[in-house]
Amino acid sequence: MGSIFSPQQIVNGLQLGAIYALIALGYTMVYGIVRLINFAHGDFFMVGAYAAFGSFFMFNFFLPPGNGLAFIVLILAMAAGAAIAVITDHFAYKPLRYKPKLSSLVTAIGVSMLLEYLFSAIPAIGPSPRGFPEVLPKKMFHFAHVEISNYVIVDLAVAGALMIGLTFLIQRTALGRAMRAVSQDKDAAKLMGINVDRIISLTFLIGGAFAGAAGLLAGLTYPRIQPYMGILPGLKAFIAAVLGGIGSIPGAVLGAFIMGIAETCATAYNSLLGEGIAFVILIVVLLIRPSGIFGEKTADKI
Amino acid sequence: MGNLKHMKLVMAGLIFYVVVQVLSLTGVLNGYFMVIINRSLIAVIFAVSLNLINGITGQFSLGHMGFAAVGAYVSGTFTTLLFHLNPHHSLDYLGFLAAILVGGVAASVAGFLIGFPSLRLKGDYLAIVTLGFGEIIRTILNNIPYVGGPRGLLGIPKFSTFTVIFLFAFGTIVLIRNLVQSSIGRSMLSIRENELASELVGVDTTRYKVLGFVVGAFFAGIGGGLLGHLLQIAHPTQYGFYASALILIMVYVGGIGSLTGSIIAAFSLTFLTEGLRVGIDWLRDTAGVPIGTEWTMVIYAVLLILIMLFRTEGLMGMRESKILIIKEKQG
Amino acid sequence: MKKTYLVALGLAVSAILPFVGCNKNKDVIIGGVAPLTGEAATFGVSTKNGYDLAVAEWNAKGGVLGKQVKLVFADDKGDPAEGATVFTKLIEQDKACAIVGTVMSKVSLAGAPICQAAKIPMIATASTNPKVTGVGNFIFRACFIDPFQGTVGAKFAFDDLKAKKAACLFDVGNDYTKGLSEFFKTKFTALGGEVVGFEGHATGTSDFKAQLTKVLAAKPDVLYVSDYYSDVAIIAKQARELGFKGPMVGGDGWDSPKLVEIAGPAIEGCYFTNHYAKEDKSPIVQEFVKKYTDKYKASPDALAALAYDATNIMLDAINRAGSTDGTAIQGALVKTDLKVVTGQVKFDADRNPVKSAVIIELKGGQQVYKTTVAP
Repeated sequence: MGSIFSPQQIVNGLQLGAIYALIALGYTMVYGIVRLINFAHGDFFMVGAYAAFGSFFMFNFFLPPGNGLAFIVLILAMAAGAAIAVITDHFAYKPLRYKPKLSSLVTAIGVSMLLEYLFSAIPAIGPSPRGFPEVLPKKMFHFAHVEISNYVIVDLAVAGALMIGLTFLIQRTALGRAMRAVSQDKDAAKLMGINVDRIISLTFLIGGAFAGAAGLLAGLTYPRIQPYMGILPGLKAFIAAVLGGIGSIPGAVLGAFIMGIAETCATAYNSLLGEGIAFVILIVVLLIRPSGIFGEKTADKI
Repeated sequence: MGNLKHMKLVMAGLIFYVVVQVLSLTGVLNGYFMVIINRSLIAVIFAVSLNLINGITGQFSLGHMGFAAVGAYVSGTFTTLLFHLNPHHSLDYLGFLAAILVGGVAASVAGFLIGFPSLRLKGDYLAIVTLGFGEIIRTILNNIPYVGGPRGLLGIPKFSTFTVIFLFAFGTIVLIRNLVQSSIGRSMLSIRENELASELVGVDTTRYKVLGFVVGAFFAGIGGGLLGHLLQIAHPTQYGFYASALILIMVYVGGIGSLTGSIIAAFSLTFLTEGLRVGIDWLRDTAGVPIGTEWTMVIYAVLLILIMLFRTEGLMGMRESKILIIKEKQG
Repeated sequence: MKKTYLVALGLAVSAILPFVGCNKNKDVIIGGVAPLTGEAATFGVSTKNGYDLAVAEWNAKGGVLGKQVKLVFADDKGDPAEGATVFTKLIEQDKACAIVGTVMSKVSLAGAPICQAAKIPMIATASTNPKVTGVGNFIFRACFIDPFQGTVGAKFAFDDLKAKKAACLFDVGNDYTKGLSEFFKTKFTALGGEVVGFEGHATGTSDFKAQLTKVLAAKPDVLYVSDYYSDVAIIAKQARELGFKGPMVGGDGWDSPKLVEIAGPAIEGCYFTNHYAKEDKSPIVQEFVKKYTDKYKASPDALAALAYDATNIMLDAINRAGSTDGTAIQGALVKTDLKVVTGQVKFDADRNPVKSAVIIELKGGQQVYKTTVAP
């Protein structure tokens, strides 16, 4: 029993939670603003991981593994995630913005399938898993019976920095105000002169960038990438966002960390439970408090 | 009057059955075609039953194949583990029929259990819960050693023939069509259009939402049972989210709310998948284009996105073919 | 309304048109099945390469029965329904006289009844579920089955590595890995050892630290990891991070050049049971490795070798049968006694090959042959 909630498991859970948090943020932001569950979001994460992989080899020619190279790779991974998100929104989601929402969902499934099969089919990428290179040399620390690698610090630091940056953007800038306005009431925002389409694209951009960053971190921490790697993390990150209150940014973060720790500890207890814990959490949340931890209760308009 | 309602549909069904059977027996349609037709018919059962839940009642369900899994496993367990039925003994077909129906009932129980959360949840939330339930069913099946666990339920006797599958598919279409075009169906449609308003005019939304799930799940269970007895194996991985997504795609491409659309889409998409396989092989072998089989699904995904963008309402929109519409009583 | 019907009809017709091609083949046609898309795609690629390589070699030497060999390949997508479809297609549409494939047991189990009913011989390349060959006398197998492998691993761990306590790690969603671990556990316990941990993980997991932390707390001497190489690589790295210094043992799923590529030094000093050793000096192995590496620019893994062997076994049988009649080929298969890359193949009464296993050690980032274990 002791090994379930041991400090080691908590550390493992936090590491996992950091990655889920970055993905969940993208989900929750997009949902908050266009009420779409972007099934392809997990695949943006995958694209970011592959972009990181590719850019490592490109720039490794000039730079040895280390902070400098890691920074460049991070930027490129985020750029790739942002790019694929914006492209997807522009070509696949925007045309359907004012049509029944369910068609957007089916299209999202289509995009998800497309990305997975495409990456699997392109010969240079291929379906086989690839080992992710040590972009940052790995160091282990031993601290009171707990093994912590410098990756844990990196994961938490990068995730934390991005989250703080996002919060600043949303709360303190005009752009952030516009985003909040659009997510509150699209039509009113338009009447106030806000370019709604531009804000939506921006939301996808940021969400995609975060997913891309998560892709790099995941590749680094669990050093294996393959075209289907985004399905499970995407789903769990979405559940985390629901747990925290979909549409709420602090909710997504809290939900993600809870999810990460719950999953790690549940797996330690029983692997079957670990597999299903995400869905159990989901069902419990939706039955007891569907709006999530930080979500707002919306009343039915009569 | 009663005869006129069903005439057109029965005629259409009969013609289809006779034509296919004759072509099959004379060898014009070989076994490959028959497998595709069988799979299409089973897909029709899945698509039409999902349409009842998603399209008619407007309840967004993403775990439909979970119901099919229950049907496949329960009916398979009956014919395989409990009673060792054999297709070579014609009386055993009765046992098979019973097993399929039991599978359907078991699936409808699952539908009932999933229908309950639907009472409190709307739209996207409901979608995710149904997805979760579908995955939970799959995970549970993966962990029951009695039905094989990750090995799958093996050695299921091959009871599903074209005739059997056709009869069940036809029955599904007729029964669901009758339901949709009855007063119950109208109530379900009203829930889809505006749940609050229909509640206010006195429609028992609770009852009809759950009914939608129960009936939809029942037929999905039947379809699952038929599939298991066609492939002679039922494996948890066949019934996950990806499988549910494929059926969902059929419903949307056909047009939500249109049973005809679901039928057409089920056939078209099943044939399309095989057509892409054969087409790409031909491109590679005969025309020398350096493209491999792995691009089949890429093209499929692109086509799907294009259909959603350019014909969002699906092939049939919300219309039904005249064959399926029951004539109203006059006077 | 009419336009809709036309569109749908057009879709269906254009899908069917390619079917209306004639098969005017003077070649000997065999079918090859493997998962090229889906969860098992990485195994399908190696398998297809193995098929192609073998067929190309036979054709260079004049083919079989005086005709060229044409391999018609079909992707089973790792799904039983697709499996049933493609096996039927290969037999009825493409008129294959024999089929090699496939990788996943659940797909082979869907295809086997079809081959058996049509009296078309089938050799499953890497399906390890014992029930596959049980479907009928036309169904054969190229690989050894799990009871044997798990037992070999247990004996090695107990006798050679002198392990008293072992822990098993496997994928709960995969019958092959779960079965291997179960057989290991049975044998290890029977030998007098103690299995102190028996942990499963979900398919697709990337973070095994939860299970590893739990299992390593019981201080096992050896870790038996029956997973496929990409999972094994991560497990090895994470196990080392958590402080485990002992050896790890596994099955033929480890065999891939990517294992060392991903795991690096973490997998050093570990062992796995396999069908053959790449350093085996015998010409048949060396030629295979060289030809494969030249053609595909990658080192062959166990699946490629098994596919290559299965194809060779089948073509050899067709040759000895002197005809493309299914029953004749089946009769020839039963009498097979052929030296292939993965050993000297003779089929037992259940049409499983009677083969030895080799134990491979990972030393210096290379696969090094350790010992052979006969059945």
